Amino acid sequence: MANLKTTEKKTKAQSMGLHTEVLTGKTQQKFFNPDEAENFYYWGTYDVDFNKRTELDVNDMDCKEANKKIDELMSQGYGTIVIKNPQGKHSLGVGILNKLNLIFEGSLGYFGVGSIDGPTVRVNGRVGWSCAENMMAGKVVIEKNAGSCFGAAVRGGDLICKGSVGARTGIDQKGGTIIIGGDAGAFTGFMMQRGRIVVLGNVGINLGDSMYDGTIYVGGKIGSYGSDAIESPMTKSDIDWLKRKLKVAEIGENFDVSKMTKVVAGKKLWNYDALEPTEKKGAI
Amino acid sequence: MCGIAGLIHRGKSSNVGQELQGMLQALKHRGEDSTGYALYGDTDGQNFIMRFKVGENVGEGSSSVMEDVSVYDERKKIVDSYISQMGAKIVKEERTLPYSLRYEIDYEKGDLLEFSQKIESIPGVEILSMGKSLEVIKDLGNAKAVCDRYNLGDLVGTHAIGHARMATESGVDIKSAHPFWGYPFSDVSVVHNGQLTNYWNNRRILENKGMRFMSECDSELIAVYLAEKMRNGATLEEGMKDSLSGLDGVFTYFVATKNSLGMAKDTMAAKPLVLYESDDLVAMGSEEIAIRSVLPQEIDTYDPFDGEVKVWQI
Repeated sequence: MANLKTTEKKTKAQSMGLHTEVLTGKTQQKFFNPDEAENFYYWGTYDVDFNKRTELDVNDMDCKEANKKIDELMSQGYGTIVIKNPQGKHSLGVGILNKLNLIFEGSLGYFGVGSIDGPTVRVNGRVGWSCAENMMAGKVVIEKNAGSCFGAAVRGGDLICKGSVGARTGIDQKGGTIIIGGDAGAFTGFMMQRGRIVVLGNVGINLGDSMYDGTIYVGGKIGSYGSDAIESPMTKSDIDWLKRKLKVAEIGENFDVSKMTKVVAGKKLWNYDALEPTEKKGAI
Repeated sequence: MCGIAGLIHRGKSSNVGQELQGMLQALKHRGEDSTGYALYGDTDGQNFIMRFKVGENVGEGSSSVMEDVSVYDERKKIVDSYISQMGAKIVKEERTLPYSLRYEIDYEKGDLLEFSQKIESIPGVEILSMGKSLEVIKDLGNAKAVCDRYNLGDLVGTHAIGHARMATESGVDIKSAHPFWGYPFSDVSVVHNGQLTNYWNNRRILENKGMRFMSECDSELIAVYLAEKMRNGATLEEGMKDSLSGLDGVFTYFVATKNSLGMAKDTMAAKPLVLYESDDLVAMGSEEIAIRSVLPQEIDTYDPFDGEVKVWQI
């Protein structure tokens, strides 16, 4: 690295808009500390009452209007919101950072319920590409099929699709659990880093391609393995976890999880920390 | 980005012009440099319908060079004389716009290769489609603008495919707009969403085999590729399956004929497609929102998987 300590070079770099920190080893991550909770304000969250229920017809609204209206209802304390006529619109229900029962009576388009942290969402229809992208926590249940990039970069929570999903499910997944009741397309678990994917049906080609870590369980046939993905023996704890998870997900009640194929990363990355922040805290 | 849409009414006709307009307009955020329709209308099947252009739309946003409008009339005159020379007869003539024409032609010989080669030997003239049912209408602007400009709202037919284009690989002009006619086959059209990375290699090979390219748009390759396969005896479905390995890049495309409509998705599944199928209707589009414009009620839709090819008979 070029020496940026000299004032002249530092000033020049700053004038160009460059960062001038001198990096010394690993990036210093700072995790949430409950002892400092009173100093912590999670912007855009509301205390809601689950028993306070309302309906919202979004047929004549665009996604901005609809999301703004949902935000408004949450600010009024509504904890159960039923969305009528979503009509495949994109980006509905995104950025919800508090507990909430959100029910969509119909299908969503692209980027539905993305970047959420806490709500319980049920979609009584289908979802398009990139559903629940970057989800932090909560539970999302899709009653029908889902498009590609289902659960892209999710970091936590449970994401469940009772039907089939497209390609690249769980791409860049960083935590949480994705459960698919039907089949999944090509590149499932592509570049997956943490978390678990469960597919009760078949998966397409290049399963787990370039995965860093995490676990994929497949109930049906596997089109082909991607580079870095290998089979691993099922353990009792895998079976117990799968039974528990499928029950919670209201899916695959009579499915024999012991016959599933377990797929993990076949390479070891140096200096890679496979623990999620909450797991890390527990380990420390 | 581009958006594509397709529609099949099984066993009946419907107002496919208006319906496809709604589907493509719902996809206008995917691109509105140009919009194109391939409509399969109800005709008596006696005469050929030829949609052709004698110039380009040089309106706002166009990458075409402006020409004197009188040139269009000169080109039209030569087209008329060539049609006569080939023993064909113009039964009906419509000139929707100065540069865009629709002819109904009585051409008993039916040699579309010879016919189109002769017509397109006139500089500045391009046949957009030729067939006994197919009509390709494409122009600059979004779906509604093109539909209104060409009065497509009343067109009745059995099936249709269309395209909303965001120009990335070639100019903003009609010659690069989709759908592409599967020259020289009657009633074959193609729309495509994606990028083909072995366009030039394939183009050189196909041109050496006598196939014709009119634009530098990579999507035109699909129409020419399939036409060449069919010329050598392959069925449409065989040609489409072959294209999964023959074409490199990312793509979802539709191809339609008088009696069938098919879709193909590349093995990377990198381009979207949502599909709805029932006993009397098939509707598909890059996004569900396109299908919702014709089917507002709750329906079951799905994404075809990677490397999937499907062909429906009308």
